[in-house]
Amino acid sequence: MSKLLAIVPAYNEVGAVAGTVAEIRRHAPEFDVVVVDDGSTDGTAGAARAAGARVLRLPFNLGIGGAVQAGYVYAAEQGYDVAVQVDGDGQHDPRCLPVLLDHLRSRPDLNMVTGSRFLAADGHGYRSSASRRLGIRIFGGILSAVVGRRVTDPTSGLRMTDRRGIELFARDYPHDYPEVEAVLLMHHHRLNAEELPVRMRERRAGVSSINATRSVYYMVKVLLAIFVGLLRTRPAVDPGDEAPVRAQQAV
Amino acid sequence: METRIQIVAVLATAALFFVVFEAVRRRRLMERYALLWLFCTAVLLGLAVWKDALEEFASAVGIYYAPSALFAIALGFISVLLLHFSLVISRLADQTKVLAQRISLLQARIDELEAAQREGAAAVDEPDEPARLVARR
Repeated sequence: MSKLLAIVPAYNEVGAVAGTVAEIRRHAPEFDVVVVDDGSTDGTAGAARAAGARVLRLPFNLGIGGAVQAGYVYAAEQGYDVAVQVDGDGQHDPRCLPVLLDHLRSRPDLNMVTGSRFLAADGHGYRSSASRRLGIRIFGGILSAVVGRRVTDPTSGLRMTDRRGIELFARDYPHDYPEVEAVLLMHHHRLNAEELPVRMRERRAGVSSINATRSVYYMVKVLLAIFVGLLRTRPAVDPGDEAPVRAQQAV
Repeated sequence: METRIQIVAVLATAALFFVVFEAVRRRRLMERYALLWLFCTAVLLGLAVWKDALEEFASAVGIYYAPSALFAIALGFISVLLLHFSLVISRLADQTKVLAQRISLLQARIDELEAAQREGAAAVDEPDEPARLVARR
């Protein structure tokens, strides 16, 4: 029997996190739920605990990358075989977790399955602003060219990984706006990923971490990350490599 | 080079050298970060004292007014120092992130162990006295 974990990063999501946890437990009961409270100042941790999740409380706000990685470290140490990331704000529908899991299990060559908003079979894609769609299309184009498979939803945070993916992300995970870079990271380690169509909903409560001014920073930062990643001689850390964080050598 | 400006340059760089050295001596500044500073101030002090070297350097790179070569060199050093600090900050941010994640994992584990211990204690103790268990915690 394999151990399954749902990682729910949440920052000030007291209005939505309990519903998300309850939905995961109802629609995907074989998954354990761990909520990573990213230094929330409201009752997120308490609400999550009351809903029946295990809670990792970060002592201060690390940002989505650091919070999710804490979940992967937990998954790696507790010996989970599959981990899926579900946003705490209710955008991701836990009903698609069994679908993702079935696909991951039916294809042993796959290490990661991502839920894509833009592959929906009925042609009814996700509604969002034109600028955001343009950004997503640009990243999708670049990523598709780099990794050599079609990436339609590079910013999707709904991702299910196997044990190798868990161990990779526990060792090395991008800092902020990690979704695009995580796709690259998988590619650099020769892990295979695929997309499945999912429906996403409007966020239930709280505020998105990406607003208009930040989206410019987002674009520039992610583009820099993509191209630096391409030029890097050692794109990531494998077991036995030097630690990514080292004591400083002398000047 | 004018003598007045040479005196000022010598005094300023000597003072900087002394401040850095004193900070290291009092263990306020770690040696690994002090080395770059000491090197900078030593070079600047040397150039301020030995003005022929500065004039030679200035004419070699095409600076007409020799003292501004001193500023140019100082600016170069400051840029290197700032880059060095950015590198140090990046490393510290990485380390802080790992520590924060580790703390959250340890905290979750402690909470769980404490809960299990309380349950164990409740099973051993008289079960009709829940107030004592709360007080013991």
